[in-house]
Amino acid sequence: MSEILLSVSDLSVAFTQGGNQSIAVDHISFDLAKGETVALVGESGSGKSVSALSVLKLLPYPTASHPSGKILFQGADLLAMNEKQLRQVRGNKITMIFQEPMTSLNPLHTIEQQIVEILKLHQGMADRPAKARTLALLSEVGIRDPQKRLDAYPHQLSGGQRQRVMIAMALANEPELLIADEPTTALDVTVQAQILELLAGLKSRKGMSMLFITHDLGIVRKIADRVCVMTKGKIVETGPTKDIFANPQHAYTKHLLAAEPKGKPPAANADAKPVMTGKDIKVWFPIKQGFFRRTVDHVKAVDGIDVTVRAGQTLGVVGESGSGKTTLGLALARMISSTGTIQFNGRDINQLTFNAMRPLRRELQIVFQDPFGSLSPRMSIAEIIEEGLRIHEPKLSPNERDDKVAAVLKEVGLDPATRNRYPHEFSGGQRQRVAIARAMVLNPRFVMLDEPTSALDMSVQAQVVDLLRNLQAKHDLAYLFISHDLKVIRALANDVIVMRNGQIVEAGPSQQIFENPQTDYTRALISAAFKIETAPVGIVSE
Amino acid sequence: MSEAVVENTPRRARRPWLSPLNRRRWQNFKANRRGYWSLWIFLVLFGLSLFSEWIANDKPILVSYKGEILFPVLVAYPEEKFGGFYAVTDYRDPVIRDEIDANGWMIWPPIRYSYRTVNNAIPDAAPAKPSWQYDADQRCSQYPQKAADPDCIVGNWNWLGTDDQARDVLARLIYGFRISVLFGLILTAGSSLIGVAAGAMQGYFGGWTDLLFQRVIEIWSAIPVLYLLLIVSAILPPGFFILLGLMLIFSWVALVGVVRAEFLRARNFEYVNAARALGVPNRTIMFRHLLPNAMVATLTFLPFLTSGSISTLTSLDYLGFGLPPGSPSLGELMKQAQSNLNAPWLGISGFIVVSLMLSLLVFIGEAARDAFDPRKAFR
Repeated sequence: MSEILLSVSDLSVAFTQGGNQSIAVDHISFDLAKGETVALVGESGSGKSVSALSVLKLLPYPTASHPSGKILFQGADLLAMNEKQLRQVRGNKITMIFQEPMTSLNPLHTIEQQIVEILKLHQGMADRPAKARTLALLSEVGIRDPQKRLDAYPHQLSGGQRQRVMIAMALANEPELLIADEPTTALDVTVQAQILELLAGLKSRKGMSMLFITHDLGIVRKIADRVCVMTKGKIVETGPTKDIFANPQHAYTKHLLAAEPKGKPPAANADAKPVMTGKDIKVWFPIKQGFFRRTVDHVKAVDGIDVTVRAGQTLGVVGESGSGKTTLGLALARMISSTGTIQFNGRDINQLTFNAMRPLRRELQIVFQDPFGSLSPRMSIAEIIEEGLRIHEPKLSPNERDDKVAAVLKEVGLDPATRNRYPHEFSGGQRQRVAIARAMVLNPRFVMLDEPTSALDMSVQAQVVDLLRNLQAKHDLAYLFISHDLKVIRALANDVIVMRNGQIVEAGPSQQIFENPQTDYTRALISAAFKIETAPVGIVSE
Repeated sequence: MSEAVVENTPRRARRPWLSPLNRRRWQNFKANRRGYWSLWIFLVLFGLSLFSEWIANDKPILVSYKGEILFPVLVAYPEEKFGGFYAVTDYRDPVIRDEIDANGWMIWPPIRYSYRTVNNAIPDAAPAKPSWQYDADQRCSQYPQKAADPDCIVGNWNWLGTDDQARDVLARLIYGFRISVLFGLILTAGSSLIGVAAGAMQGYFGGWTDLLFQRVIEIWSAIPVLYLLLIVSAILPPGFFILLGLMLIFSWVALVGVVRAEFLRARNFEYVNAARALGVPNRTIMFRHLLPNAMVATLTFLPFLTSGSISTLTSLDYLGFGLPPGSPSLGELMKQAQSNLNAPWLGISGFIVVSLMLSLLVFIGEAARDAFDPRKAFR
């Protein structure tokens, strides 16, 4: 092996809050050679991001502290450096890219300003060469027409382009080491594949080393030379990527590898009673211009879509972000107004007012994407779940309500004794179970699931998928399952529609879609999701 | 179903009084020692001032007269009862005092003056210096029997001197503190009630409601309040509630901005959407899900709002457009201090009380701001 660039030995990180000390990282050691990519893999809370942040001492000191350990970078101990010395390293020899490119860029500065600032600061470049270098960097990270993009603000770029700009900023100083903290988690699968390809290419061209933090084993397999598997603050297994995947030693690694959503969707049954039917659904947002706010055009978020969801069946809706899949779901659930006919249980509901909808809400439930945002932090689990009962079954006594809450918690696999606790005491997966329980306690007929697994760890995703499938079989539920994650869709949906720009690109039984996709777009989505491969330019967004 | 499960788990009885979030906030509040102590000092002072009649009064707390127990603080007894002929008994009158002492006893409050009691026995011309600045002979020189007089006792001291109408300054301060704080608190409560309701409506419904309300508020808050008060006080008789009402008409605007912003921000939170999807009515969503968010901003504002309204009241009193003449007001004391520069005890004691009151409120406000600061938790 070539020269060691970064050597982390016996590193611990502790957080102190209110006199309590919690150990986030517990005596980990790993090495990173020049030109090598090491992946830190683990689920949320495993300490992988904290480890990466401590390399640049970016943790909130003095709340965070390092009881033990050394981080040697080119022979110098980063932990022993003062702020001034660290600034020589940060953004210069070691750079970092983060998960959320929108919040990592300053929304008030143009792309040019942000990159030029770095060049001036670290390399003392003059205006003109700095601009030329910025252009070179932008084209290097694959931004087309960089000249036109120089004056763009971050919000004018797509998520993938923003992440490319972040990478350009990280590369500006020709770093020796690039730390990538979940750089693709917030992106679509198709864009994720492009970014990973870009990173791998840049790394080999520039001879950089890369420390890659992720929870996604598929990415690791694609990009990393070596893997460190982390759980609960410890590295439990280290080795070359191939060995780890072929022959995992530790139980946790095996558990991670086995965590893909599995199982088969319910058999398609065209005779099942349609619960929710939408015909020619359109959601157009007007674009208004001029002094009189005349409507000059429309953003066609959903543009004439027909759907049918049958009892006991799941309709999967897939597409990149911005394709209108969530808007479609919200329109069907009458959370936003739309045109077209929506029939629920044979009744036309698209003209009903909010108050007239209320009795129907009982049978028409929604589970939202973010289990952290969808539960009110000020209410206990029991209060959250019984909120719907209070409205739809006002005659229940408090004890009867309590019994129902306990029963539904048991059904979604949570201990009913925990129902007086608050959401922050639960993990992401448990919270999503609570959100599912909130919908299930009303015995709905139709549930719209808006990316219910996207914010969850891989192994938790599999559990939630199993839970949803069991509940569906037990209660003969109709699901509208919205996701960009084709693995989850394949495990749950028996019918699939593929959406792009508010229109259906392809629709059919899921088996047919997955095994014999008819359009390039569907094929690109599938190869990006399952093989992390990019599609030719122009088929998917960038 | 699942009876067994439910049986061995306690029902909501186990619920703590404060949610964990609020408990952490209370810890943060306590961690700000200055604010925490300010809160206690303020509460004790305010609590005591509510019982001003039992601390400083020209009526005894308890009287035993001819075997009958009387409560002069609570009940106005005519002087007939004690052999006189006025409609109201003056217990400080030596005749009445001797009559009661001969037939029973009296328990006096520690300070035997009310805010409007005129001390007829001050040694100098009013304003008289604090009693401890005189020796015993001087202090009681105006009593019939001089230092041997039964009235020459500590209870009749003017601890902080008298004002220019020979009224006890300490008694006026105690009553003045109460009326200021009560005014401040009622005004704050009233304006936050209206302000939160208005802000909530605008933030939640947005659109035209918001636009119209905002413009109305802008025009409304452009009206110069002071001049309006001057004009109105020329027409209406000044009084506690008229003043309160007038101030309320303008002060509710203060909270609208923050509450509206919180509602605008939170109305698209996912848990609010989730509640909407459950069919929860707007009113319930606003109360149960959105109001707690806005309460943080509101509660942080309240101490500052209170101290603001107290200083407004004081300055109006100082200008002479505040409470009716004779009321125990701090502003009026300041005015007296200005016109009687030879009597520094007026200005000094008034200044200390006003600044103490306002500092306590500001310190409490600071601690409240710390307590609700989400980032504070990590430090």
